[in-house]
Order: sequence, then C-alpha cells, then structure tokens
Amino acid sequence: MLCYICKQKEATVHLAQIAEGQMQKIDLCDECAKEKGVQDVTSVSLASLLMGMAGAVEETKTEQHGVQCPVCGFTQADFKKTGRLGCSACWETFDAALHPLLKAMHKGERHSGKIPSKAADSMALNMKIKELADELERAVRSEKYEDAAQIRDQIRELESKLKTARVRT
Amino acid sequence: MNIEQLLSNPTEWIFNEGPNGKIVLSSRVRLARNLRNHPFPGWAKKAERQRALEAILPVVEALPEMKEHFASSMDNISAIDKQVLVERHLISREHAAKNVGSGLVINEKETISVMINEEDHLRMQAVKSGLQLKNVFKCIDKVDTELEEQLDFAFSPRMGFLTACPTNVGTGMRASAMLHLPALVLSDQINQVVQAVNKLGLAVRGLYGEGTEALGNVFQVSNQTTLGEREVDLVERLNKVILQIIEHEENARITLLEKKVNLVYDQVGRAYGVLTNSYTITSKEALNLLSMLRMGVDLELLPATTRGVVDELMVLAQPAHVQKAAERKLTAEERDCMRAELIRQRLSKISRPTMEQGPASKQDETETA
Ligand SMILES: [Zn+2]
Ligand SMILES: [Zn+2]
Repeated sequence: MLCYICKQKEATVHLAQIAEGQMQKIDLCDECAKEKGVQDVTSVSLASLLMGMAGAVEETKTEQHGVQCPVCGFTQADFKKTGRLGCSACWETFDAALHPLLKAMHKGERHSGKIPSKAADSMALNMKIKELADELERAVRSEKYEDAAQIRDQIRELESKLKTARVRT
Repeated sequence: MNIEQLLSNPTEWIFNEGPNGKIVLSSRVRLARNLRNHPFPGWAKKAERQRALEAILPVVEALPEMKEHFASSMDNISAIDKQVLVERHLISREHAAKNVGSGLVINEKETISVMINEEDHLRMQAVKSGLQLKNVFKCIDKVDTELEEQLDFAFSPRMGFLTACPTNVGTGMRASAMLHLPALVLSDQINQVVQAVNKLGLAVRGLYGEGTEALGNVFQVSNQTTLGEREVDLVERLNKVILQIIEHEENARITLLEKKVNLVYDQVGRAYGVLTNSYTITSKEALNLLSMLRMGVDLELLPATTRGVVDELMVLAQPAHVQKAAERKLTAEERDCMRAELIRQRLSKISRPTMEQGPASKQDETETA
C-alpha cells in the first residue's frame, strides 16, 4: 500500500479513527508520519489530518485575521502550524475557531466530568448570587425594602467571597 | 531515591498478575492538567517553563503517594535511562526528548508517574497489572484532587480542564489497557476486532509501534475523546469493550486448539526451541516468540510459573534494557548476542513444553499442510 500523503513510499504506519460516525483510515510512510508528527495516535496531528482541521482553520483565518491571545501572544497562524494552543486564555481567544473542531473531534461539546473543588466553590457562589439577585428584584417590586436591603448585603458578602476565591484560583 | 535504585526495583505491575492477567497485561489512566497563569510548555520560553517546573515539582514530591520516589529534571537523566523509562511506559517518547525545564517524579513501585512540562504542565498516570481500570482511575483521581488543592489548574465550567491540544480538553483523561491477543492474530481475526473497536470511538494500536501488527501481539486499547463524557462512564464503557475482546480471544484460543492444534503446538514448540537455542536475536523476533511462549503458558503447555519469567523478559529484552544491563555502549550485533544470552539463561530452568501425544486429526493435517 502506498503512502496517503506522498503517494510514493510504502505505507508502514496504519491508523484508523472514527470521525463524525465514519471510519476513516489513513496509511502513511515512515517519513510522512514523522513529518506530520503521527508518532502518537493521541496527537492532534492525526485528528487534523483525518478531520480536515487544517482546512477548517484556514477558513476561519480570513474571518479572524490577526486574532492574537492578549495573554500569551499566540496567534491563529501559530495554532495552524502546531495544532496546539499557547495558554489557558487561548481557549477564550480562539473559541469561535475551536468550536467546529471540538464538535467533530469529541462526543459532546460541553464538559460533563470532574469539577475541581475550587471551581465548584465559585460556581456554587455564582449560582447563589444569581438566585439572590432575582429575590432582590422581587423584593423591590413588592416594595419590601427592608428585605431588599438584607438581600443586597448578602449579595455583597458573597461577591467578596467570590473575589477571594478567584484570587486563590 | 536515585535512578539506579528506581530501575533496579522490579516493576510491580509487570510481575504481579492482576485480574484477567492472562490476557490483560496492564491498565493505565493518565490525566492532563495545566496551570492557569503559565503559558503551556510548548509555547513557554525557557525561563517560564523553569518557573512552572519549580512551582509544580515540590508539590508533586510532597504527595502522600510519593513517599518513596525518584524525582529529577529531565536534563539530569541520561539518554539510556530515558529510553529504559520509555520501554517501561513510565514516560512518553515525547517526554524522553525533553531537557532543561521539564521534570519527572515516579513512585518507588513505578505505579504512579508524573511528567512535568511534557505537552501539558502535568501528565500524571497510574498503572496496575491486569484489568482494573476503575481502581487505576480512583488512584490517579486522588492524586489529581490532592494536587488541585495546592496548584491552580486551568479549568472552565464549559470546556473542562484546558489542555495544550484540543484532543485532550475536557477530562484530559486517556484510559487504556494492554492486551495480549495471540490467538486473534493467529486466526486472522484481529483486523475485524480492531475495526469493531474503532467503530465504538476507541483506538487500538501496537505496544511498541504504530502498525496494527503489534510486536509481541500486544495491543493497546484506549479512548479517543475527552469532551462530553464523564470519566466514570468512559471507564465503564472501555471496561465493557475490553471484556468483550477478552471473550473473543478466549474463544479464538479454544477454536485453535480444536481445529488447528498442530499450528498451536508448532508455534509454541518453535518459540521454545529458538529462544533456548539462539545466540543472536533481535528484539522484534524475541518479543514475537515470547508472545507464543506466553500463550503456551495460558494453554497449560508450560508450567504457570513460566508466565512471570516471560513477562519479565518481554521488558528486559527491549533494546535499552539490554544496553543498560551491559553497563557499556554496545553495537547492535553485541546487543542481539547479549539479548540471546539473557533469554537462554532465564529460560534454562524451564523444561520444554509438553504437548499431548497422539496423531493429529486428518482435518488438522489438511489445514496446516
Ligand atoms: Zn509518504
Ligand atoms: Zn494564550
């Protein structure tokens, strides 16, 4: 079997993967596999090869020309080149470009697994604050100003807690 | 402890037979984690990588699981020791290429290893012998929870744990098991099984190479996706699939014994003959023959105690292990000679396989003719 990429050398690396419900197979020669970094099935290079990610990134590039992570300076072009991101803030920066990739790559689009306790704490605080804000609005509407003042103090307290939690995390 | 002490210890998960140990060599779970306020290792400058390493290393070393441990910066580990660690699956090939700014912590029993500044700031893995993915997950999950108390992990409620590569985002988890599937290979059913497993969104690959024809008939089955499925559900799903593969392998062994017993006897007998009489042997040939010997043990053609010897040789016959044992630089030819000597010596007390006597069936003769 000849290599999928150079179509010249004998393919020695055989990979198979499911993408969008379809079995995709790819056979590469040693050299092309090395060049594409397909030493490891878990690497994004395989995913990008199989799922046409390189193409997807190219398309979004025109829309997102010049997008750069404000935290680490990583650019869309860097992502295209490496298939990796620069820092955790890049996940926000390149959200629009990443979304279709993730959709093609994974089972779901939202995390449903473990939540680290620190994040769980601030998520719970956030929810509580939202609840209280609704309560506050109701209290104001029904002119229960004493209640409203109390609720407002509670919210302030939780907000300061959330702030220290954020500093910690 | 230093690297010599670490490497001289027998690797627990290799020598202890775990649940379903005839077919499942080991179960492994790794988690990828990153620090929030540091650039990912691949993009970080040297000084930034060093800062991340200095923030992470002491925290990992202080883990209760790491009471007795080996810890080092990657530039302080020799090339040959790195290769030995790769052959024991304690570090990735990618990590072996790292130097200044990357680090490693491994517990004494070699059941937990933490790579610092591989592709992500942290790649932690736990491994146990046999099929026990749930236990392995619990073990590494505990380590993760302990680390999370001290370190500020990059996490978003929507995307989960943020990783350098989009293929790992979410749980950052890769769970896998190493399976020894000689009968599925001998009976040409392995490709069907691989394809069926692929259809379930799981990956199958060789132990020591990429091709589907794995060396030593050892295959690694693992998840491909990390976003949108809970860790426990994935572990459960993978476990179920592996139990099915085990059943297929067992059935293939029964069928081989019923229909092609001469083929089985021939493979096991030749493997014993070559391994106990060779004076130069490549690691590829050695691993494939050791696989046949291992199957012979499972089929009770060799005493059960032989399995431990074979499993140990499957590790020790690898190139870096032979090189390391020699304590000097070897040429490829010298290595093949030393490997043959090691194998002859280890197998010297094991008597030849005992096959059932009697003429083979007519059907069998025609099939293997
Ligand atoms: Zn090629
Ligand atoms: Zn960034």
